[in-house]
Amino acid sequence: MRSGVISRVVGQIRAVDGVDLDIRQGETLGLVGESGCGKSTLGRSILRLVQPTAGQVRFKGRDILRMGSRAMRRMRRDMAIIFQDPFASLDPRQTVADILGEALDIHHLARTPRARKERVSELLGLVGLATDFAGRYPHEFSGGQRQRIGIARALAVDPSFIVCDEPISALDVSIQAQIINLLEQLQEKFNLTYLFIAHDLSVVKHISDRIAVMYVGKVVEVSPARDLYRQPKHPYTGSLLSAIPIPDPRLERHRERIILKGDVASPMNPPSGCRFRTRCFKAQPRCGETEPALETVNLGDHKAACYFPLS
Amino acid sequence: MAFAHLLEVDDIHSHLTVKDGTVSAVNGVSFTVDAGETLGIVGESGSGKSMTALSIMRLLPRSGSIVRGKVTFKGRVLTELSEEEMESIRGTEIAMIFQDPMTSLNPVYRTGWQVGEPLRIHRHVDTRTSIKAAVDLFKKVGIPDASKRVGEFPHMFSGGMRQRAMIAMGLSTSPSLLIADEPTTALDVTIQAQILELLRTLNRDYGTATILITHNLGVVAGMCDRVIVMYAGRVVEQGRTEDVFARPEHPYTWSLLRSIPRLDADEHEPLKPIDGSPPDMIRLPTGCKFTPRCPFAIARCAKEEPELLAVRDQLSRCWVTQGGVTLDGADLG
Repeated sequence: MRSGVISRVVGQIRAVDGVDLDIRQGETLGLVGESGCGKSTLGRSILRLVQPTAGQVRFKGRDILRMGSRAMRRMRRDMAIIFQDPFASLDPRQTVADILGEALDIHHLARTPRARKERVSELLGLVGLATDFAGRYPHEFSGGQRQRIGIARALAVDPSFIVCDEPISALDVSIQAQIINLLEQLQEKFNLTYLFIAHDLSVVKHISDRIAVMYVGKVVEVSPARDLYRQPKHPYTGSLLSAIPIPDPRLERHRERIILKGDVASPMNPPSGCRFRTRCFKAQPRCGETEPALETVNLGDHKAACYFPLS
Repeated sequence: MAFAHLLEVDDIHSHLTVKDGTVSAVNGVSFTVDAGETLGIVGESGSGKSMTALSIMRLLPRSGSIVRGKVTFKGRVLTELSEEEMESIRGTEIAMIFQDPMTSLNPVYRTGWQVGEPLRIHRHVDTRTSIKAAVDLFKKVGIPDASKRVGEFPHMFSGGMRQRAMIAMGLSTSPSLLIADEPTTALDVTIQAQILELLRTLNRDYGTATILITHNLGVVAGMCDRVIVMYAGRVVEQGRTEDVFARPEHPYTWSLLRSIPRLDADEHEPLKPIDGSPPDMIRLPTGCKFTPRCPFAIARCAKEEPELLAVRDQLSRCWVTQGGVTLDGADLG
């Protein structure tokens, strides 16, 4: 944690604390959790946009945290990120062609101006924007169009892995489905692997093959998407699911809700043992003593970190 | 009581001056709210839902003004009251809570002092009594350690607790109408569930009528008796929540319901997005404002704007459904 104008380090938050996670080729791994749980920090650590203090990130078998800058730059061609806010993440003084061309220039992916121009047009086509948008500036676009530009920029280096950090939460409801469908089409077309970070579980469930749930810096449950929704094992996942409103008045009326007490624990001073125990409706004395490990709870692919999982 | 409805909004038009001209942010909005009921107003950003609420409260920004229409509350015409009279209605009879509880509380005053303020101003109680009332209000809205927390400053409160404090302030004078403008949008899901549960309880236990403004159709489904759907400053559909969700009679509602991923969907199916973008309020199309994005549009839609008329059990502003056509596959239940 930094403080003041000179960014003095005054304390440390373990925003992400001992997370083990694997992402498989061609899949979408959803990462959900509430604000401050460390999901974005985790996403950025994987790309080494923030340097983790300990641990390893192995990408295609190589530990990228210990790579030299040259090797890292080469590696960056294989990974990209899409940000939440399409207003803040595009330089207002650059044209769309500049924004997309920059990535090409850095990695020497376009040898001639003509090749560059062609690639920019191609990228715009991929995300469903007209080619003549290349000369325009970000402020001339709507939120949805800007996010398409953000996606085109991520695709520019022809990556195999993309971190999507809340890519639709700043968009209008009627635009969100367009962007989700676009991400799904691109995944199929280029065999992309996604880490899809979001707080909206309905969206994550829709797009993900597997889902990891984070709470205050820890992954508390990982499971294939469908199992997680049918049979959540961690009480936090259960309460998260029951907190999502379903757009169906008849269902909503008879729904049983688990309303959690209290607020999300602070990552500055997390509770001992299981971090969720202060809000948990199943907590026992044991939960405060030692921290439960992420262990297999169901058939094979479903893991949860809880001594008293939901049945 | 002599009046038919608690609140009657009648053909409100509000304009907003922006850089490029004048925007008709609210265009002929009419609805009623009865005592004890919860009415939802849904729409995307720019649809006019917040501006409608601010018009009722007469709290439009300086660049905005109500150009036509009438708001009647308990038989009194709010749009004709003096600023002073309006001030006292706002403090006692109608309360409003906003999306961002961070900017709605004053950072330099203790929370208890702020929550007790309406009582000091409008009920003329002394400081001691107002702070004591604040403690009770904190308890009512589920803020733990109430007697300690009234002495704390807003920055010591989490987002959810701040929103509770705002609700406590709104409730201090036992208003008969609460207007909540995206009260949970800035909050985490589990905290959102807490606040919605609190609003449900207050509505049930104290019979406070609520206007809930949101973009979240799930929140409407779980909270509201009736719902109004807004698009481009207009009401495009209005009806009982169950009817509107089960059989939407406006293509915008219909498309919106199909485009959002549902938690309870069993199989993975591609979403069915709505084409195009929300309308540019400066350059609105003639005719129905949804026409450019509408899968059902007919020739007439681009030329003439339809009225909001009864279609089966609800009201819809659509030539197609008014002409008797059923929206294809509309049963989403």
